[in-house]
Amino acid sequence: MKLRFVEEKFFNLLMVVSTVLIVASLVAILVTVFIKGLPALRLSMITQVPKGGFYLGKEGGILNAILGSLYLAGGATVLAIFISLPIVIYFNVYAPERSVFVNLCRFSLDVLWGVPSIVFGAFGFTIMLFFGLRASLLGGIIAVALLILPVMSRAMDEVVKMVPRGLLEASYSLGATKLETSVKVVVRQALPGILTAVLVAFGRGIGDAASVIFTAGFTDSIPISLMRPAATLPLAIFFQLGTPFPEVQERAYASALVLTFMILVISIAARLLTKSFTKHVIK
Amino acid sequence: MEYKTHIRVRNLSVSYGKEQALKNVTVDLPEKKITAIIGPSGCGKTTLLKSFNRLIDSIDGIKVQGEVYLNGDNIYGPGIDVTHLRKKMGLLSQRPHPLPMSIYDNVAYGPRIHGIRKKRRLNEIVEHYLRESSLWDEVKDRLHTPASRLSVGQQQKLCLARGLAVEPQIILGDEPTSALDPNASQRIEKKFLQLKEKYTIIIVTHILRQAMRLADYVVFMYLGELIEHGPAQRVFKEPQEELTRGYIKGVII
Ligand SMILES: Nc1ncnc2c1ncn2[C@@H]1O[C@H](COP(=O)(O)OP(=O)(O)OP(=O)(O)O)[C@@H](O)[C@H]1O
Ligand SMILES: [Mg+2]
Repeated sequence: MKLRFVEEKFFNLLMVVSTVLIVASLVAILVTVFIKGLPALRLSMITQVPKGGFYLGKEGGILNAILGSLYLAGGATVLAIFISLPIVIYFNVYAPERSVFVNLCRFSLDVLWGVPSIVFGAFGFTIMLFFGLRASLLGGIIAVALLILPVMSRAMDEVVKMVPRGLLEASYSLGATKLETSVKVVVRQALPGILTAVLVAFGRGIGDAASVIFTAGFTDSIPISLMRPAATLPLAIFFQLGTPFPEVQERAYASALVLTFMILVISIAARLLTKSFTKHVIK
Repeated sequence: MEYKTHIRVRNLSVSYGKEQALKNVTVDLPEKKITAIIGPSGCGKTTLLKSFNRLIDSIDGIKVQGEVYLNGDNIYGPGIDVTHLRKKMGLLSQRPHPLPMSIYDNVAYGPRIHGIRKKRRLNEIVEHYLRESSLWDEVKDRLHTPASRLSVGQQQKLCLARGLAVEPQIILGDEPTSALDPNASQRIEKKFLQLKEKYTIIIVTHILRQAMRLADYVVFMYLGELIEHGPAQRVFKEPQEELTRGYIKGVII
């Protein structure tokens, strides 16, 4: 009796401690970025591209990297959605239950999920060399799409798996095909979870530096072509932090603030936009 | 009394992997009557019901032998369009499964799939079948709200309307009232008694009294075998088989 009580207390404490730890470190990161970044944040940072000597502390902004990151992560996310959805629909609607092949695929995706992003960068780079491509927005999009594909498809898979069998049968028994059922019922029912998967993947894509360093390259100009290199925010932050000049380092924090803010705005906007589509979900 | 046969089952055997769920079932189910499939848990009632609209097809390792004739065509024969077959039967499951869309879209789902696009026509269909399942008055002012907000009883009625909207000949119900409160069950039962004018109704039920109230024809199953079938009056009053007698008396459960 006594022991059970102590056990309960102990695990309660453990939970509180870990929650506090997580929340505190999150707050600490945000506060650091805010305190260090806010003073250096100028409107010109988000409206201008780097001028000559930007990395030495002269005039300019990171518009090139903001747009580059948006195009790159956006493009990669869209590409990954078009690959993930069919995979997930196949796993859960078309493939036989308890299929060995499907479980093997799931396992592979889980392993790929854990592969460091630099490996995806190096892999993408090798492929690009093979096709004779130079570092470009397109190369970056493909590398990042590969990077976020495992996260996105497995996260979607877990929610689509939860769609009750009876719901599928209800649709089939009205004469719907598997495709109609997938598009009109399964995707709709799982939409909130699918959206979360997309946002998580987008977040990973926009925040990653290692996969784009070789594949997308870097440039001070705004990306205008898929075949030209593109700047990205994580790399911009990395380069600015790497200079010996305090004012440039401060701008790195300002850039980080911009990145954080962008992810926040996009997440909230996506939730609001899809709200009207998710209200019908059967609980 | 003479019955007109609607579904003719011949030597139907179904097995899930090694487990045989139906053993050589042969029976004729009457048209525009209520047939109740009764029997203890796990005896293959659901399997029999779902073999009629081939919903069992998608289960792994399933093996189906024998024939089921609907209007003379073997539904397990070659060249059968399964979606077309399923359209001929509305299914009510144990728990209602409204689709993740509005009340209106739930009813319009089937007709839309089968090619009806005109808004006017869809409006008519939705109203007609919601009236048919006595749900119209309760929901007419909130047709475009999510179906998930309805009570369970209302959801079951919605599923009925949705099934009727594809103009089936047959209504299949797998314990359609088991998730409902007594009042809602009673309303569904009353509905069935009206609907048998136009449809062949086949329900699986655990509730013997329900079978007695509703059924014109009874099929008693035991461990995958069809033990006895016949007009409800006769089966309940003078069961021919020992097992049926036991089940009706409540000895076998
Ligand atoms: N998907 C499945 N995979 C394997 N075996 C199954 C499956 N579905 C049913 N069975 C087996 O087939 C037999 C008949 O099942 P069925 O669901 O038809 O019974 P039932 O009469 O409807 O039972 P209940 O009254 O409990 O609903 C049972 O022994 C069951 O274990
Ligand atoms: Mg059953």
